Amino acid sequence: MIEVEHLTKSYGQARAVNDISFKVEKGEILGFLGPNGAGKTTTMRILTGYLPATGGTARIAGFDVFEQSMEVRKRIGYLPETPPLYPDMAVGDYLAFVARIKGVAAGDVGKRVEAAMKMTNIADRKDWLIKKLSRGYKQRVGIAQAIVHNPDVVILDEPTVGLDPNQIKEVRKLIKDLAGEHTIILSTHILPEVEMTCDRVVIINRGKIAAIDTTSNLTTQLKGGERVRVVVRGGGNGLPGSLSALEGISRVEREGEASGDLSAFMIESEQGTDLRPEIAARIVKEGFDLLELRAVSLSLEDIFMQLTTEEKAA
Amino acid sequence: MNIGVLTLSYTNVAYSDLEELFPMKSILAIYRREMNGYFVSPIAYIVIGFFLVATGLVFSLILSFVMQSAMMAAMQQRMGPPPDIDVPMLVIRQFVGFVGTYVMPLLLPMLTMGVYAEERKRGTMEMLMTSPITELQIVLGKFLASLSFFALMLAPTLIYHFVMGQFSEPAMPWRIMWSGYLGLFLLGAVLIAIGSFISSLTENQIIAGVVTFVIFLMLLFLDLTMRNSSSAVGEVFKYLSILQHHETFAQGVIDTSSIIFYVSMAALGVFLTLRNLDSMRWRRA
Ligand SMILES: Nc1ncnc2c1ncn2[C@@H]1O[C@H](COP(=O)(O)OP(=O)(O)OP(=O)(O)O)[C@@H](O)[C@H]1O
Ligand SMILES: [Mg+2]
Repeated sequence: MIEVEHLTKSYGQARAVNDISFKVEKGEILGFLGPNGAGKTTTMRILTGYLPATGGTARIAGFDVFEQSMEVRKRIGYLPETPPLYPDMAVGDYLAFVARIKGVAAGDVGKRVEAAMKMTNIADRKDWLIKKLSRGYKQRVGIAQAIVHNPDVVILDEPTVGLDPNQIKEVRKLIKDLAGEHTIILSTHILPEVEMTCDRVVIINRGKIAAIDTTSNLTTQLKGGERVRVVVRGGGNGLPGSLSALEGISRVEREGEASGDLSAFMIESEQGTDLRPEIAARIVKEGFDLLELRAVSLSLEDIFMQLTTEEKAA
Repeated sequence: MNIGVLTLSYTNVAYSDLEELFPMKSILAIYRREMNGYFVSPIAYIVIGFFLVATGLVFSLILSFVMQSAMMAAMQQRMGPPPDIDVPMLVIRQFVGFVGTYVMPLLLPMLTMGVYAEERKRGTMEMLMTSPITELQIVLGKFLASLSFFALMLAPTLIYHFVMGQFSEPAMPWRIMWSGYLGLFLLGAVLIAIGSFISSLTENQIIAGVVTFVIFLMLLFLDLTMRNSSSAVGEVFKYLSILQHHETFAQGVIDTSSIIFYVSMAALGVFLTLRNLDSMRWRRA
């Protein structure tokens, strides 16, 4: 349904998107995961025909997003980073307007607006002026306008930003319901979001694809490396060497931030291992005062670091 | 049977071609949204209110001034033939001249300043530009809406003339009134086209409004300095002065070259806006 090949976008000298390629099958939900400035929005803007690419091609439903922009635009619904709302319009009027410019036949506009409001759970706000809605409702109106014309492809730029936990759940459910009939691309900063909603994930960092895989593969892989943080009294001299000798430990690093006469270390072990007992025993045996020992889960930042360093090594 | 299917698909093709060549539906959608936007905007009501108050005041001032001069002339010539002062015609001319030269250039920037700038600031431009409509449809829908709103604003001022017509001594020169208003309408179209173009250049409607205002002031200044010049250069500038042409309409002359001038100036403004939206898509870097 969506084929992206060697897509590149430069702003002047800076490369916001650098040679990315991926495919999305019909009915699939693809997650675009990346930190600020990774190039998620830029990629989506190219797909929707809002921005021209500097190089490479992108096709949606077989149509080139640049050469056959009109055909592409007929088939996509798009929620930009900031929901495109007219504050002085009522929700229902606004959705009817969007339906009309998206080419919904005049006789179907009412029906489509009702359906979109029902799906996004905003039917009770139909006559409200948009400016009077809360942030979460505005976001839902934004999603409603992206699906009001029943497009084949739905592109959502950070659809759950600004929602409360209940609304986030609802929106994720909505996105899952939309899949199957629609092909969906969504972007997010949040790893669990991808885990919960997406079939496949593209991890993008500084305009490049750092990883691309099914969600289940990626999450096990990413959760693989275990990390333990320990704090001991004294300088801890010799401790890294001693710990590294333990089987299964891949790396021991001193952390700079420990205060006074304390020393902190970050210990990484191989996937699927839990070496906390061994680590504790070794430290005590070496005669250090063990003050703290704690498993550290990988943050998104760590994952990026991991992925990008791995890439360099390869 | 086959023929039926053929005809059916033929008409479908014809319909979609027509829709593509002359895509009224989307223009209408943009137009309607824009009009609704005006009717919920306080700025639009301020502009209408100010316009009606200003024009009403100007009309009554001009009327009393012209009537006074006519009376004076009549008194001075008590013995001779009746004075040759056509009060309603003078009033219409001066009114149209004043409204076109001073009131419209001051107020119309407020109607056009937000047309594109706000759309860009709100992020709704991104939605419009990724919808299956062309830039031409967006630009035409918006232009026609601003123009209609201006016409709605201008229409009530006709009442002043109708009231005057009730009491007018030499019969009311309706022809001059209508051609004067045609001139105002065309001038409005040009000013709106220019103002909309300037609005499309920025995300800040205040900047758009101020720049439009300053440009109109410069037009006015140019017009006033060239008015009395008779050199060749002066003649050229007179032709190019946007504010000059509507006064020929107020003479009751529907001058084709003036119509062409106005229509092409408005078309130029629309075209520049279109080019700007187009290039925004490709230049946005
Ligand atoms: N109009 C622009 N001009 C110049 N640089 C830009 C422009 N838009 C984006 N960039 C740059 O391109 C890079 C990618 O930006 P983009 O908005 O695509 O990131 P993102 O992944 O959507 O980030 P976020 O999570 O913050 O939304 C950034 O470094 C950004 O500074
Ligand atoms: Mg973004």
